[in-house]
Amino acid sequence: MTVTVERGARTGGGQPPAGPRRPRTRDSYALFLLPGFLAFTAIIIVPFLMNTGVSFTEWQGIGSPKWTGLANYRDLLDDSEFWASFRHSLFMVVAMAVVPTVIGLVLAAALFDYVGKHFGGKVAAVLRACFYLPQVLPIAVAGIVWSWILAPDNGSLNELLKAVGLGSWQQDWLGDPDIALYSVMGVMVWVQIGFPLVVFMAGLQRVDPQLHEAAELDGAGWWRRFWHITLPQIRPEIYVVLTWCTIAALKVFGAVYVLTKGGPGGATDVPSYFSFTTFFEKTQVGYGAAISTILTVIILALSLILLKLQTRSEEGDRA
Amino acid sequence: MTTALRRYPVLIALCIAALFMVVPFLIVAINAVKSPTEYSQNGPLSLPKGLYTTGLKDFWERVDYGQKLFNSVLISGSVAVLAAALSVLNAYAIGIGRIKGRTWVLAFFVLANMLPQEALVYPVYYLSKQAGLYDTRLSVIIVFTVIQAAFGTYLLSSVLGQFPREIIEAARIDGANKWQVLWRIVVPVSRPTIGVLLVFFFIWTWNEFLLPLVMLISNDNQTVSVALGVLQGQRLMDATMTNAAALLGVLPALVFFLVFQRTLTRGIAVGAVK
Repeated sequence: MTVTVERGARTGGGQPPAGPRRPRTRDSYALFLLPGFLAFTAIIIVPFLMNTGVSFTEWQGIGSPKWTGLANYRDLLDDSEFWASFRHSLFMVVAMAVVPTVIGLVLAAALFDYVGKHFGGKVAAVLRACFYLPQVLPIAVAGIVWSWILAPDNGSLNELLKAVGLGSWQQDWLGDPDIALYSVMGVMVWVQIGFPLVVFMAGLQRVDPQLHEAAELDGAGWWRRFWHITLPQIRPEIYVVLTWCTIAALKVFGAVYVLTKGGPGGATDVPSYFSFTTFFEKTQVGYGAAISTILTVIILALSLILLKLQTRSEEGDRA
Repeated sequence: MTTALRRYPVLIALCIAALFMVVPFLIVAINAVKSPTEYSQNGPLSLPKGLYTTGLKDFWERVDYGQKLFNSVLISGSVAVLAAALSVLNAYAIGIGRIKGRTWVLAFFVLANMLPQEALVYPVYYLSKQAGLYDTRLSVIIVFTVIQAAFGTYLLSSVLGQFPREIIEAARIDGANKWQVLWRIVVPVSRPTIGVLLVFFFIWTWNEFLLPLVMLISNDNQTVSVALGVLQGQRLMDATMTNAAALLGVLPALVFFLVFQRTLTRGIAVGAVK
């Protein structure tokens, strides 16, 4: 579950008034950073550097690593499994970022404009809660629920299709290599949709209702107001949600582990699961480290874009 | 006018969509209380004829679910408190102390928060083995305290950056030192934000999967998420057991959701409004 958009993070901050006494008092605050600094060094920085270092070696997890330079990265470029896993990542971005953002926008606007205004905030809050519920569920549990619903024999979805006379549509949803990826995508949409919805609904409260009223008087229909007023007003939220969900999509692991274990035949393998199996099942630690390093570079690049967007939208707010 | 006419169809469409979101939970609930014979005769879509709880009890005992719940509460609770404390200390230096280079320090915490756990998992696994902490709940608590504190520092720093400086100046003039200002003024005033962090940290840690999966291999130490995920991965469960597992996994999440719903929405508002 990823929550909260802090568009307001004041990374820049205002300059404190310069006084003769100021610098001394300011710097002694650095002591409060000491526990955090030590903890982050031990748990984040050292392991991260180790992982990056190991990616240039051949190592089975025991003995000493053998330096091989860029060999792992060269191998990765020729590894079809690697390319497949990143291709599946793109599918995950569609399922976890693009689709939930689009559906979330429409749902949030409909909940806000129709339900919230005409049926009261309570009704809107209950509906919003229904959409948000999967977000608080552990992904392992969501995986259990869905792999049982999508089971080929006696699974609820196939039973339902049979009951409504669409028996020929029955599938081995997670076991058929041609379908499994789309089934996982469907589950991820279900998991993810609550996050954009909640963020967008919070964002919509900023929109000046007079804009809508004026446009309505001018005869603009709901879709036109949605397109010309709502969307531009909550553009900062859209950017942040898209980037944040894209990062989440690139990191997806638990769902794949529980639903398909990357199968059948690698049809749903993703980079994080690929690195996990390379680390702990094949014990090719150097190779696994190279996979996770590439993943990290991509995610950090996206994070920098996210930071840029946040500071820019913050400046836009001030202007 | 047209809006008024379209109101009800939109409401109905939204209700159907919301129903679609909760249907999986309902299906799990009705099947978890069916006996295996009833299930095999009538399939998953029929309503249960009575309350069959043997499946749930069997599952509870077989996986020692009480122990798993205890582990999850212990780990998530400790992480929530420790990570909030660490976040407060960091944010105090960044947001109120305005230490030199705070932009870079903050950027560092943000990036640490974004780092995929895949890039840490093997070294953490290896180092914890060296330190004799492998397969202990403590190791998971330490790792997640730091990971969650990265986010907490980021959020709290921006909140404390807007803390009314007159209050702090006044306390300093009255002779309070930095610790007293922190504990007597900053922490009490920021209690709502810290509360939001505690709830988020608890639920996030509860839901974590990759690192606990790697770090906790013995049954006695596993969390709910890991135990259920591993069971599912082994493909050894029959339909009744799967449903019992799913229902018992869903229930705690449902409880948190109902208990913390207001905090969760407020937390999102905290971020979005600022």
